This record gives sequence, C-alpha cells and structure tokens, in this order.
Amino acid sequence: MSKLAISVDDLSKKYGTGLAVSHAKFEVPLGTICGFVGPNGAGKTTTIRMLLGLISPTGGKGEILGEPITSPDKYLSSVGAMIEGPAFYPALSGAENLRVLATLGGFPQERVDQLLKQVGLAERGKSKYKTYSLGMKQRLGIAAALLPNPKLLILDEPTNGLDPEGIQEIRQLLRTLADNGTTVFVSSHLLSELELISEYLVMLRKGEVVFAGPIQELFDQQQPFMIVKTEREADLQRIIEIAQNAGHKAHKRDGTAHIEGPAEWAGVLNKLAFESGVLITQLSPQVPNLEETFFEMTGDQK
Amino acid sequence: MIRSITRIFFAEWRKLRRPTLLLGTLGAVSFFSVLVSSVLFLMIDSPQGNGDRGVQITREMLSLSSGATQSFSSIGGLLGIIALCVFAAQTAQEYSLGTLRNLLVRQPGRIRILVGKLASMKTFAMLMTLVSAIISIGVSYALAGGKNVSTELWFNADGRLEIAKTLLNVFLSILGFGIIGMVLGIVLRSPISSISLGVLWLLIIENIVGALKSSTLNWLPGNQLSIIATGGSPNVSYSHALSLSAIYVSVALVIATVLFTKRDVSN
Repeated sequence: MSKLAISVDDLSKKYGTGLAVSHAKFEVPLGTICGFVGPNGAGKTTTIRMLLGLISPTGGKGEILGEPITSPDKYLSSVGAMIEGPAFYPALSGAENLRVLATLGGFPQERVDQLLKQVGLAERGKSKYKTYSLGMKQRLGIAAALLPNPKLLILDEPTNGLDPEGIQEIRQLLRTLADNGTTVFVSSHLLSELELISEYLVMLRKGEVVFAGPIQELFDQQQPFMIVKTEREADLQRIIEIAQNAGHKAHKRDGTAHIEGPAEWAGVLNKLAFESGVLITQLSPQVPNLEETFFEMTGDQK
Repeated sequence: MIRSITRIFFAEWRKLRRPTLLLGTLGAVSFFSVLVSSVLFLMIDSPQGNGDRGVQITREMLSLSSGATQSFSSIGGLLGIIALCVFAAQTAQEYSLGTLRNLLVRQPGRIRILVGKLASMKTFAMLMTLVSAIISIGVSYALAGGKNVSTELWFNADGRLEIAKTLLNVFLSILGFGIIGMVLGIVLRSPISSISLGVLWLLIIENIVGALKSSTLNWLPGNQLSIIATGGSPNVSYSHALSLSAIYVSVALVIATVLFTKRDVSN
C-alpha cells in the first residue's frame, strides 16, 4: 500500500484561457495533518474538487490512498470531505441530513447519533438545519465528513463561523483523528491555527504550488526579522535605508518597518538609528511564523 | 451496482417523505382530484360543459365501464404539472443548495445516482397516481347517485380493466412530465428557473401555439403526455402520443445523463 495519502503530479485545471491550477505537484504522507493555504482564488478549492472527482483535471495526474483520482469510486469510501462550507437540505433536521448521507454511503445509522455527540450537536440534532447558526452548520459539515470513519479527511475552511472555543475543539478533534492514523488535509485562512496543528504544508499562489513539504522546512528557509516602530512615521524610510545599507532586507508594512536579521542585530540597529537622529519606539525581534511566511511567499499584504 | 442504487433510492426517499413535500404534494393531488371529479358530476347539466375546455360529458358516457375513471384520466395533465414541479425542484436543489457535492463524494457513480433518483421519483409518481385514483373514483362514486349516473358497469370486469388501464396511462403520463422536470432541473440547475420554464411551456406556450395552429397539438410534448393519460383523443391516437412521448423523454434523458455525468460540479 502507498505511504502517501495524496500525491499529485503536474495537476492542472484550465477554465477558458486561464489556469485555475497550474502543474501542481505535492505529496501528503499518511497519518499527518497537512495545511493547505493560499490567498483567495489561488486554486485551493479547485484542487480539492479535483481530488474528490467532482471536476476533471485538464492535465496531470493524482492519486488518493494509492488510487488514481480518475477512479473516485475506488477511494471515496475511505475519504471524508467538507468542501466550500457545509451544504445540507434546509427543511431536514441535522440528524436526518446525516441519515441521508449514511444511507447513501451504506454506513450504520447509529453512527449519526455518535457523530452528533462528537461534534457537540446532540441536543440540536432534531432541529431543522435552516435553524442552525453558522457554527452549528459547520459542525454538522464536519460530522458528515467523519461519517465513513475516513482514512483521509479533506476539510475546506472547517473553522469558518466557529467561536474561539469551537475552533479549539476542532483543533483537538483533528489532532485526535491524526493520532489515530487519519490523514487530515485542511485548508484554512486561520494560519495561526494551522501552524499549531500542521506537520505538512502545501502553499498555493495563483494556481501554482509555491511550497510543499514539512512545515519546519518552510520556517528553516525563512530569516528571523524584527518589527520597528519610530516616533514619527516619516522616519521609517530612514530606518529602512539604514538596514539596507547594512545589507539587510527591509520593507514597510502596516506603519512599521520589517527588517530581516537576527535578534542580536537589534542593538546595532538601535544605535545606528540614534546616531541618525531617529527615535525608535518599538523594536521587536520575531521568529518566522506561518502568517509572516505566507505573506512573504504569496506576495499578499495584510 | 444494485446495492448502491437501492441505497440511493432509500436516501432519496428520506428527502421525499418530509411532511411539507409529501403532504403538500398529496394535498395538491387530492385538491385537483376532488375539484375535477366534482365539476364533472355537479355540472353535468351545465350548458357550458363539464369537461376539459367546455366539452360535454353526458350521463350516458359516464354510465359506461369507463365512467369511474373519466375524471381521473382528465386530471392527468394537472398531476403531470405537479410532478414536473416536484421532480424539477428535487433535482435542481442539489445544485442550488450545493448538496450534489455531498452526494457525489458519498456515491461517485453518477449514473447510479441518476438511476436511483429516477427510481425513487417513479415510486413517488406511483403514489400520486394511486392517491388521485382513489380520491377521484371515490368522489365520482359518491356523486354519481345524486346525478342519476348509473355505476352498474363501473366495477365489473370491463370496469376494472378500465381502471387498471387508466392507472397505467396516468402513471406513464405523470412519469413523463416528471422526467421532463428532472431534466430541466439538471439542465438549468435552479428550481425556480426549471419550474418556471416547465410550467410556462406547458400551460402557456403550448396552449397559445395550439390555439394558433391546431395541427401542432399532434406533436407538442405536453399535449402528447396529457393524451396518454386520457388514453387517446379524437385527433391524436394513444399509440402516436405514446411513441412520440417516448422519443421526447428518451432524448431528454440522454441529454440529462450526458450533462450529469460529464459536467464539472463546481458549485
């Protein structure tokens, strides 16, 4: 059996003249949590839809649990998915919605109550879906994805609409699932959340994979940096010039200067600024985090 | 294959059996069955006629072995429109609600999904037919005595055969309308658009075209399906209506199958 949960090679999807996904190549090992990130319109959902056999690739190939994505019937019984938010029948109750899917997939009906309890919807299972809050809908979507007791769980923005407590619960749930051997492939805009749980990361930008691999490998590629604030915003440009003259990359962002360099260089910078007549009011050395790295690599500005 | 189609069938019935849909549809079926049967008998002496488009259906005609099913057969067109709306809404909502992606993740065999859906809707059409038959024959029987219509021949061997024939014809007619609704749902992917187009075509366009040029009634699809329910008309034979409807429905099904199986599910 393949040691990879997902493997895609040269995968592309063309709409008209534009490439929504362009020659994507990445692998996700079994039993890991893999974050899937990229700005809006980067091609995440299109990729997920191709993995689930909902849309046909226009080029390349892919495998899920060792089976080609051209034969989704061979692997989907072991895959749970929630794509682009939950979608259910508004006039049916949450439990009945799950029963429709359980009947369809041939899963035992007892699993419905068990899953409602697991996602914290046991008390509202009999309420109509249309009466659910966004967070409850999201929980039901996750319950539906867990119906097959999946080997691979693909979730598209699972924490949308959840409160901090709900986000924490989902994080714990994903961790438990991964500890029990389920591979989790999760896209989210909550990069700090992904950073907490992911071991692997696939990053897309304009349909192209800009990084795929262990998350630590990504951080190792990044330089530490510092955030600098000055008494007068006009002095930021002077700070950037000082840093650049000393051979450090620097740019302005959100009324601060971001300067690449080790924490030890902060003292030197402070001294150089003082000598130039610039008063630094904040100087915070930072280690690379997913959010910073994401903006760095995708070119997105906050 | 059979097992997965059976699962799809029962999954579909979980949606079809919800009270608003099931009772609402059967309520509409009952209403039209009572209405048409009542008009047929209560207006039997009216100079404006008691049948479709002012046609006079006399006591003598109603006393024949086909009398019990006279009203039931003329409801076919109305039941067909109800079936078209239900089938179109049930199919198109999978696109508009985004639930089709859930169905396809749990059951990637798209032809199987289509066959399972069709099978469940067939039984739904069967239920509509049975309810309408029971109500319209029941109301006809209850009103016949008061209007001096003899029911002696209604339930003899010939009468029972007429009932069986009409049941089959009305069922085929409803099913035909329903399949057209389902195809519209797949093609247009919106319940409102598919129901509007279907009803607009059947109730308005076909009637206008038929009134302007009566020969078009020999091939307009809605008219053929309604004629199946009545077992033929003076101008269009039953076999003509049946074979032409079979062609329309088959072509529509082929288009729907190709679209359903080949089209990307991107909503």
